[in-house]
Amino acid sequence: MAKADEAAAVITVEGLQDLLRAIRARGYRAIGPTLQNQAIVYDDIESIDDLPRGWTDEQDGGLYRLTRREDEALFGYSVGPQSWKKFLHEPRLRLWTAERRGEDTSVTPEAPPSDRLAFIGVRACEIRAIEIQDRVLVGDLYVDPHYKARREGALIVALNCGKAGGTCFCVSMHAGPRVKHGFDIALTELLDGTEHVFLVETGSDEGRAILEQIPHDLASSREVDAAEAVIAQTASSMGRQMRSDDLNELLMNNLEHPRWNEVATRCLTCANCTLVCPTCFCTSVEDASDLTGERAERWRRWDSCFTMDFSYIHGGSVRASTKSRYRQWMTHKLATWIDQFGSSGCVGCGRCITWCPVGIDITEEVCAIRGCDASAEESV
Amino acid sequence: MERARRPKLAVWKFASCDGCQLSLLDCEDELLEVAGEIEIAHFLEATRATIQGPYDLSLVEGSVTTAHDAARIQEIRKQSRFLVTIGACATAGGIQALRNFADVREYTAIVYARPDYIQTLATSTAIGDHVKVDFELRGCPISTRQLIEVISAFLAGRKPQTPPHSVCVECKIAGNLCVMVGHGTPCLGPVTHAGCGAVCPAYNRGCYGCYGPMETPNTPSLSAGLSKLGMDDDALKRIYRTFNANADAFRKESERHDR
Repeated sequence: MAKADEAAAVITVEGLQDLLRAIRARGYRAIGPTLQNQAIVYDDIESIDDLPRGWTDEQDGGLYRLTRREDEALFGYSVGPQSWKKFLHEPRLRLWTAERRGEDTSVTPEAPPSDRLAFIGVRACEIRAIEIQDRVLVGDLYVDPHYKARREGALIVALNCGKAGGTCFCVSMHAGPRVKHGFDIALTELLDGTEHVFLVETGSDEGRAILEQIPHDLASSREVDAAEAVIAQTASSMGRQMRSDDLNELLMNNLEHPRWNEVATRCLTCANCTLVCPTCFCTSVEDASDLTGERAERWRRWDSCFTMDFSYIHGGSVRASTKSRYRQWMTHKLATWIDQFGSSGCVGCGRCITWCPVGIDITEEVCAIRGCDASAEESV
Repeated sequence: MERARRPKLAVWKFASCDGCQLSLLDCEDELLEVAGEIEIAHFLEATRATIQGPYDLSLVEGSVTTAHDAARIQEIRKQSRFLVTIGACATAGGIQALRNFADVREYTAIVYARPDYIQTLATSTAIGDHVKVDFELRGCPISTRQLIEVISAFLAGRKPQTPPHSVCVECKIAGNLCVMVGHGTPCLGPVTHAGCGAVCPAYNRGCYGCYGPMETPNTPSLSAGLSKLGMDDDALKRIYRTFNANADAFRKESERHDR
C-alpha cells in the first residue's frame, strides 16, 4: 500500500454500497462501524444499512455519549471504544494444544488465521497505530505469525476524518486527520445540503482494481477542494492538544516530578487505558491443564503494565506502586518508545482519556509535568 | 497416568448459603471427571456417606460466626493438607459481615422471640482470619470454571490461573462497552477482582463487586467518580457493603462514607 497516487474519483452513497459489495465479492470479511449498545463499535457489516447513519458522539475525560447529527452522515463520528487491534492482535488466542496418550505427548500449534478482513472507515490515527504495531509485532527479530497473517490479508478502506472528537489530538502527534499512506482506498465523506458523495483515492493495486469494478466519476476540482476543507476543518477543531516535540527529554528528566504522586491518587490501575490504546500490545500467556492431566493448552491474552502480575518476577512485582505503573505506561508510550521502536507510541486518538473511568487525561498530565496550565498548552 | 491413590477431597460448610459448594455439583460436564480423579471423602451436600480424614484438599465455604465454628475450623485445618476457601463468605465474611458494622444483640432482639437462645459472635469473619489458608477463590458465588481450574491446578501441582486484576480487563477482553463511561452507570468493576467474566456489564449493569477488592483497589478515586454520577455518601456506603463488606478495602471505603 502506498500514497494516493492518481486523480481522485467520486462515488455516491449507492456507490459505497457497490464498493462494499465488490469488497465482499472478492472474498473479504467486511468489518466497519456499527451502532451497538449506545456506542459505535467495529463489527461485521453486510451493507451500508449497518453503518451509524446520522449518529455522532460526544467525548470527554471518562465520558462517551452518542447524539444525533443534523445530517445523514455515515461516518460522522470520531473514534469509538475499540480499535482495529481487536481483530489484528486478538484479545485471547490459543497458541497450542498438547495431548498425552500413554507415553506419547503431541503438541499442536494453533494455525494462523486464513480469513481476509476488510476494515471499513479506518482513521489516519488508526493507520498510524497499525503501523506502530507492525513495527513491534512483525518488524523485528521475532514475528507474531497470527498478527502477520491477519495483517497481510487485510484491506484498508481509510477515512479522512470529518469530525474531531472531544479527546482527539492526532494533529499534535502528526498522525492525522489526513490519511497519507497505508491504505488501499481512502474516502472523504462530503455532505452539503443537496449532495452526499464520497471522494475516493486509491493507494494500492487492490484498491484500484476494486474501484474499477464500481461506477464512479472523476472528482471535480470543487469536490477535491471540498474534501480539503473537511480535513482542514477537522484539523482545526481537535478536542485536545499536546506539545510533542520534546517529550522524551521532558519526561525522562522528570521521573521524580511530584505530579506522578498526584496522578497516582486518581489512577485506578484498572488497565482500561492500555486495553483501549490502539498501540499497546502487551500480553500474558496462561497455561491450563485439565482434570485428567492428559490435555493442556497455552493461551495468550491481553495484559497491561497496570496489573501486578505483569511485572511479577521471583519475589514480587517490580512496579508495586500505582505511581510507578502510571509512570511506566506514560513514559513508555511517549518517551522510551521512541528509543525502542523509533517513534512515539501515541497517535493522539484520545481513547485513553475517554475510556478512563475517572477521566485521567494524558495531555493534562504532560502539561502538568511541563509546568504549564492547560490554557497555555492549548496555545502551543 | 496411574496414581497410587486418588487424593481425598472434603467440602466444609460454615455460615453461608451453600451456593458455592453447590457450584461443585453444578460442574455437570466435569463432575464425573472430578469424581474420577478425586475421592470425594466428605461432601454432605452430595452424600451422607463420609470417609474419615486426613484430607488432601479441603474446600471451605462460609464464614466464622459462632464460637463452635471458630473451634471447628481449627480441627479441619489440622485434618487438611491443602485448604482452599471458596466464596465471599469464606474469603471476606460474606453478607452476614454486615453485623460487624452494627450491634448483633440489637439484631437478635429484633429477629428472635427468645434472643437469649442465640449464641453467636459479634462478628462474621473470613476463614483466613482464623487459620492459614493455602488459596482463596473469590466470588459470590464462585465461578464453576474457576473452581475446576483450582482443582485441576491442585492435581497438577501448579498455580491456579485466577488473575487478581480488575473486572475491566475482563470487559475489554470480552468486548463489552464500559457502562460507566458509555452509559453513566455506576460500576465497581475498576476496583473489583476479576473472575466472573464481567457478567453484569455484559448485560448493561454496573459491577456489584461480588468478587471483592482487586489487587490494588483505589476505592477513594472510584468513589469520587461515582459521586459525579450522582451517588451520595449513603449510596456509596451501601455499594461497598454487600457480599464483601468486610474485605479490607471495601470496609474502609464504606466507613469513609458513613457519616
